[in-house]
Amino acid sequence: MAIAEQEQAPLELESGEDQVTERPLGAFTRPSGGGGWRSWLFTVDHKKIGIMYGAAGLLFFVIGGIYALFMRLQLSRPGNSILSAETYNQVFTMHGVVMIFLAAIPLGAAFSNYLIPLQIGARDVAFPRLNAFSFWVFLGGGLFLLTSMFIGGWWENAPDGGWFAYSPNTGVLFSPSKGIDFFAIGLQITGIASLVGAINLIVTVLNMRSPGMTLMKMPVLTWMLFIVQLLLLFAMPVISVALFLLTFDRLFDANFFNVSQGADPLLWQHLFWIFGHPEVYILILPSFGVISEIIPTFSRKPIFGYPFMVFSGIAIGFMGWGVWAHHMFASGIGPVAVAAFSVSTMFIAVPTGVKILNWLATMWGGRIRFTTPMLYATSVVAMFTIGGLSGVTHSLAAADTQQTDTYYIVAHFHYVIFGGIILGFFGGFYFWWPKMFGYFLSEKIGKMSFWVMVIGFNLTFGPMHILGLQGMSRRIQTYSSGQGFDFWNIIATIGAFLIAVATAMFIANIIISRRAHRAGKTPDPGPDPWDARSLEWMTASPVPEHNFDEQIVVERQDEFWHRKWGKDETGRVVRRATSEEVAHDGSNTNVHLPSPSYWPLIAALGLPIIGYGLIYNLWLCVVGGLFVLGGLYGWVFEPVDDPNADGHHHDEGHETPDAPQAEEANEDSSEEVSVD
Amino acid sequence: MTETATAQTSNDHSEDHVSTLGVSNDKLGMWVFLGSDCLLFGGLISTYMLYKDRIGPDDLGPEEMFDIPFTSVSSFVLLMSSLTVVLAITALRRNDIRRSRIWLLATAILGAVFVGGQVYEFTVFYREGLGYTTNLFGTSFFTLTGFHGVHVSVGIIMLMSMYIQSMRGKLTANQEEKLEIIGLYWHFVDVVWIVIFTIVYLFPQ
Repeated sequence: MAIAEQEQAPLELESGEDQVTERPLGAFTRPSGGGGWRSWLFTVDHKKIGIMYGAAGLLFFVIGGIYALFMRLQLSRPGNSILSAETYNQVFTMHGVVMIFLAAIPLGAAFSNYLIPLQIGARDVAFPRLNAFSFWVFLGGGLFLLTSMFIGGWWENAPDGGWFAYSPNTGVLFSPSKGIDFFAIGLQITGIASLVGAINLIVTVLNMRSPGMTLMKMPVLTWMLFIVQLLLLFAMPVISVALFLLTFDRLFDANFFNVSQGADPLLWQHLFWIFGHPEVYILILPSFGVISEIIPTFSRKPIFGYPFMVFSGIAIGFMGWGVWAHHMFASGIGPVAVAAFSVSTMFIAVPTGVKILNWLATMWGGRIRFTTPMLYATSVVAMFTIGGLSGVTHSLAAADTQQTDTYYIVAHFHYVIFGGIILGFFGGFYFWWPKMFGYFLSEKIGKMSFWVMVIGFNLTFGPMHILGLQGMSRRIQTYSSGQGFDFWNIIATIGAFLIAVATAMFIANIIISRRAHRAGKTPDPGPDPWDARSLEWMTASPVPEHNFDEQIVVERQDEFWHRKWGKDETGRVVRRATSEEVAHDGSNTNVHLPSPSYWPLIAALGLPIIGYGLIYNLWLCVVGGLFVLGGLYGWVFEPVDDPNADGHHHDEGHETPDAPQAEEANEDSSEEVSVD
Repeated sequence: MTETATAQTSNDHSEDHVSTLGVSNDKLGMWVFLGSDCLLFGGLISTYMLYKDRIGPDDLGPEEMFDIPFTSVSSFVLLMSSLTVVLAITALRRNDIRRSRIWLLATAILGAVFVGGQVYEFTVFYREGLGYTTNLFGTSFFTLTGFHGVHVSVGIIMLMSMYIQSMRGKLTANQEEKLEIIGLYWHFVDVVWIVIFTIVYLFPQ
């Protein structure tokens, strides 16, 4: 997609001969944007897609949180019977699956989609329609998974094998409900979404940077998100293979995990964790990136050791592929493998430690403003350090064998995932909210909810370290009293409800702040409310549809900051220009925009239908297949840009869905239409 | 878009004026996707390697099953299709639409012959007693080669779509890059087959 601003001549289309009415497949006209729900449903704008990712991710976060509350209620006292053992298995599985695949990954995708093009000064992502496709596929796959709760009975058919679904426990023999089918197919669908999104964003970062934006001038957030996309690119096919094998086993009687035929139960574990450990970094690196933007801004210093931040991220990305078997120390993989993976696990703590030290050094001596985003960012540094340290204890295989499948593990990964990721994302929400929506979230409510959340979080997961070391197993539905578990369990339950209160306060904050702004009680944030450093602040808030009024030529890292601030003769840092003077005001309406399209949504709709078809009735697969095929072919015969759209001209950007059918997408692109 | 309009922005994808790397987005996207696809086949091939000898006491193993001369011929056919797709691309680059169409069709036919050979081979194996559910060897063999066959079939669909476009007179020299991207995919599928043929068919001999 072009930054078409350079071409000032408004419209080549005027020549008349191009005014062909484009009717893809003859019957439908193209959506023309417009307002209301249509502008969201058929959009290809990376910002709207990013916001939809965020909204969907938050919704799933709330749903996953409700599961967690029921689990904590069940465990609040010994011998409880709020949930039956069968239901409890399904609830904890759904909690894990929803939180990881439907909340944490899409929230990361929300930041990637919204911010990568802005931070590299691009007009949009490389393949805008593909971007819409990946969002709708993700949403379809997520809802597909959730329907397992009530299809065929209330909590009868939800997955119940834990989020890592070890075989042969997930075979038809041990898991006769349809839950694992929903799990395997649902994750397959969301996996397609991640893969497509990754290809799109990798090409965007590599190929769409504005002039002068070399790789080593990109903001740390863009770097971390770029690494995440590379990890997704290579990790997703591995989980795809594992899920295919599982699906074939369950639906077509294949033997991959059929132990009576001599199958190896470790095959699943290896495939899953080769995906699963990079997945951990897929989850955490976006948050690392987010706080690497927040901390320099509110410390009023550039990030300390920028190259170290970048290369430690790359190192994490590489080493993340060499530690997967530390999830399997208790499965008998042999002393050599255990020793090797112990060492590699200790090593991966080094680049993470580099990052923590650099954040601290960035804050050191800075003029720190403790706004809500900064509070969240600093809490990530602290909480992630705790989670990281308990992670290193797992690299000691002898100790790990004692901790495996206890609450100590649960405590560890919640400190990493909640303390590291979710807190960072909340910080990111408060930080970029004015940029995305044009109003501030209330600092007062924000700070209150921050403290409730951090205290609740530590009350929930802190005691789990103790519970785990005392020997309480994870995934048990209940426990008997007199084992010393009672006190810490009720504390954890109280903490979980505090987290729920904090989340509710965040949602209330959105509503209250929005109302207050509409009533004119809060000031307009302007383009650059925090005196920030990267390019996304160099345009109006909320970001206009075309991002930047003109192409930005980048000369330095933190370009925007250097345009605002400079040094006088005595070497003191002085303001050279106000943000408003430097930033674009979004008034240029003569910028090419990619046209909205129906087809990504239609093609994406087919996938969950195929999923239901595989489980219940193969005829449905035909229906779903028709949706996919029709969607893709409609896509193929539709030019990237609507020749009839007003005020825009063609550019050279073309979309290539990555799916093998991909290339057809180009066959009837804009050039040819004109050649005809 | 008129030709005059494109003079400054270039009508050719390969000179996409916004691309930082000098490669078009489309082509780069295909390369990135193929990188990901390597891991898909990596996982399937590993699974096959792990399971190829796990058969029942009376079952036929890979050594007895495979008909090397037959598969060699069909492999040769597939490899030749890589040549024909290159010929189609170069013909299109020279704006020789007629030749390009012929080579396009030839490529699709060669691919179809390969897939036909695979279907034939599968039915022979099935008659000899190796079903999908018979043992771990059968399960992993059919899955691995089946996934490859699906990849070839998707390639044929893309080539045929291109061919049908050409019948509507829409194949022109500035579509060369699209064909090139399909060609990338096609070569990749061939390379994967070389690996599969070596590992699956030749190693046990």
